[in-house]
Amino acid sequence: MTRYIIRRILQAIPLLFIISVMIFILLRNSGDPIAMMGGRRVTRSEDRERLTRLLGLDQPMHIQYVTWLIGNDWMLVDIDGDGIPETPGLRRGALRGDFGNSLMKRGVPALDIILERLPNTIMLMIPAEIIILTVSLAIGIYSALKQYSLVDQIVTAGSFFGYSMPIFFIALASMYIFAVNFRKWGLPYLPTVGMFDPKVGKTTAQIALHMVLPIFSMSVISISGYSRYIRSEMLEVISQDFIRTARAKGLPERMVLVGHALKNAALPFVTLVGLDIPLLLGGAVVTETIFAWPGMGRLFIDHLGRNDTPVVMGILMMISIAVVFSQLLVDIIYAWLDPRIRYT
Amino acid sequence: METTITEKLQYGLVDIEAPPLSLRQLVWLRFRRHKMALVGAVMLILLILYATLGSLFFTEAYGNITDTSIRLQAPTAEHPFGTDTVGRDLLARTIYGGQISLMIGLTAVIIQIIVGVLIGAISGYYGGWIDSLLMRFTEAVFNIPTIPLLLVLSKMLSDKVPTIEILGREFSGSVVVITFVIGLTSWMGLARLVRANFLSLKEQEFVTAARSIGASNLSIIFEHILPNTAAPIIVSATLGVANAIISEAYVSFLGVGVLPPTATWGNMLNGAYKYIESAPWTWIFPGTLIVLTVLSINFVGDGLRDALDPRALVEKD
Repeated sequence: MTRYIIRRILQAIPLLFIISVMIFILLRNSGDPIAMMGGRRVTRSEDRERLTRLLGLDQPMHIQYVTWLIGNDWMLVDIDGDGIPETPGLRRGALRGDFGNSLMKRGVPALDIILERLPNTIMLMIPAEIIILTVSLAIGIYSALKQYSLVDQIVTAGSFFGYSMPIFFIALASMYIFAVNFRKWGLPYLPTVGMFDPKVGKTTAQIALHMVLPIFSMSVISISGYSRYIRSEMLEVISQDFIRTARAKGLPERMVLVGHALKNAALPFVTLVGLDIPLLLGGAVVTETIFAWPGMGRLFIDHLGRNDTPVVMGILMMISIAVVFSQLLVDIIYAWLDPRIRYT
Repeated sequence: METTITEKLQYGLVDIEAPPLSLRQLVWLRFRRHKMALVGAVMLILLILYATLGSLFFTEAYGNITDTSIRLQAPTAEHPFGTDTVGRDLLARTIYGGQISLMIGLTAVIIQIIVGVLIGAISGYYGGWIDSLLMRFTEAVFNIPTIPLLLVLSKMLSDKVPTIEILGREFSGSVVVITFVIGLTSWMGLARLVRANFLSLKEQEFVTAARSIGASNLSIIFEHILPNTAAPIIVSATLGVANAIISEAYVSFLGVGVLPPTATWGNMLNGAYKYIESAPWTWIFPGTLIVLTVLSINFVGDGLRDALDPRALVEKD
């Protein structure tokens, strides 16, 4: 098992390397960071050249990438533009936790900006993921056991509907119903945007209240998809012989369902959840924008609009790392859950 | 309940001497039994008619007239869907936006199929280092979250392509960009699927037979193996259209997709979240059209999946 884990981690490294090269080349071609740095003032051409050298943008692409990855504090760079490198570099490189400085907020390390917002995104993701897993398991198992019952029919139709909804439509519709119309009808209503009511302050209750609608919007699509999946998996497993055997030997129904049926049905489900994490992280961009939630997704949109490459690159790399490692985790859990898999 | 073939056979309602059903008949028979798929197909046809026939009643220029004196007007007889932030008629815009959205969906899927099938087929057929190289690449693209990647690519390219003119209509160049960007970021699943099918199919006798009569590699890939893996490609492509429409809506919604004045269902929603309360019609109509389209395509795709399932085809009915 240990060897398997080590081998999978070693495989993840070249993968992340390829991803970082691809994103880096993409972002370097995606706009002029210096034009954005100038703001409203017209940048003079000598200033432009100086800034280009300062940011290292005059270097060939591969040198820029190496600088981004491992830094340039071990060599001299040419700042004054006379062709002779004379100033020691200051960058420490992404591998040592330096993603460069933000261009939008001058001089602030990109990593600091991202880490400041990261907890807010995680604060949404973890409860959302817990709700998604528990609700979809409950719905899936229930409608598999009561196949073709009224509840099953309603849930199946509803899940099809939910699965076809883009996140923004769920978000807009739920805001319209639960915030706008509930207030109109004099019912207790939910807040729409932001993280807390500035009049009340950043209290736990306020944040929890503001989390309801974003989490709802993020969960609906995944719950619909997963519950359908769990239902069909459960139906397939329940009809197999070992379930009949388990019942025949007198196991209580609860044990049959949880210990035998669910454990087998959950196997492919683990893979599915792992593969869908990029979807959820990507969806955060949309959800956070609509609900004005100060998380990483909104940070991404804001800084992408201003060509703030270090921050955008940092966010993309962090999400990619999260994705690669969640898949690694899935593979390990899978190997651990399923004794049929030989991890060699 | 409709009588199945088995029952018909039992009661002698089917002429046993008749030639067996062709694959196409069998698929249609199975598809027809999937009620929701039929509903989806009808709904989809209606939506396509809405987007095409609607242009007989309004010109595209009418949908692009801005008149800020009537901005954000609630639905009236003159503007049945209301007007948007600059006073454009939303009904006309949903019609022309629908054409673009559906076109982007279809074209992006064609690109997705071309890239996905090529990479999957080459990878699965040749194996070896080509396979590992292509699969590492596929895996890398697969692991970059789609929506952020779409946003970066669209922002990078959307103003690079000049406005183009097809059939006397002007399209913002960003339509082409978005189509390609969506197509080129969604082929990975298909490539893996095609590769897996090629891996198992290339070991079968008919491939050996084809090779022994001197068929070239290209002919074996495209004429012998590919037709045998058409069913999952068709299903994946159908569902891909729905995903492409949603992807377009995401990027346009966030303001980096198709640029106005060209309307799409997605960019009509751009900024709509500021008017949730004051002007709900600006997002309800285009949003509902997106949901209905995606829903009906998903129904059709689900029906096709059942109808084309080779395991189900060997069943008696």
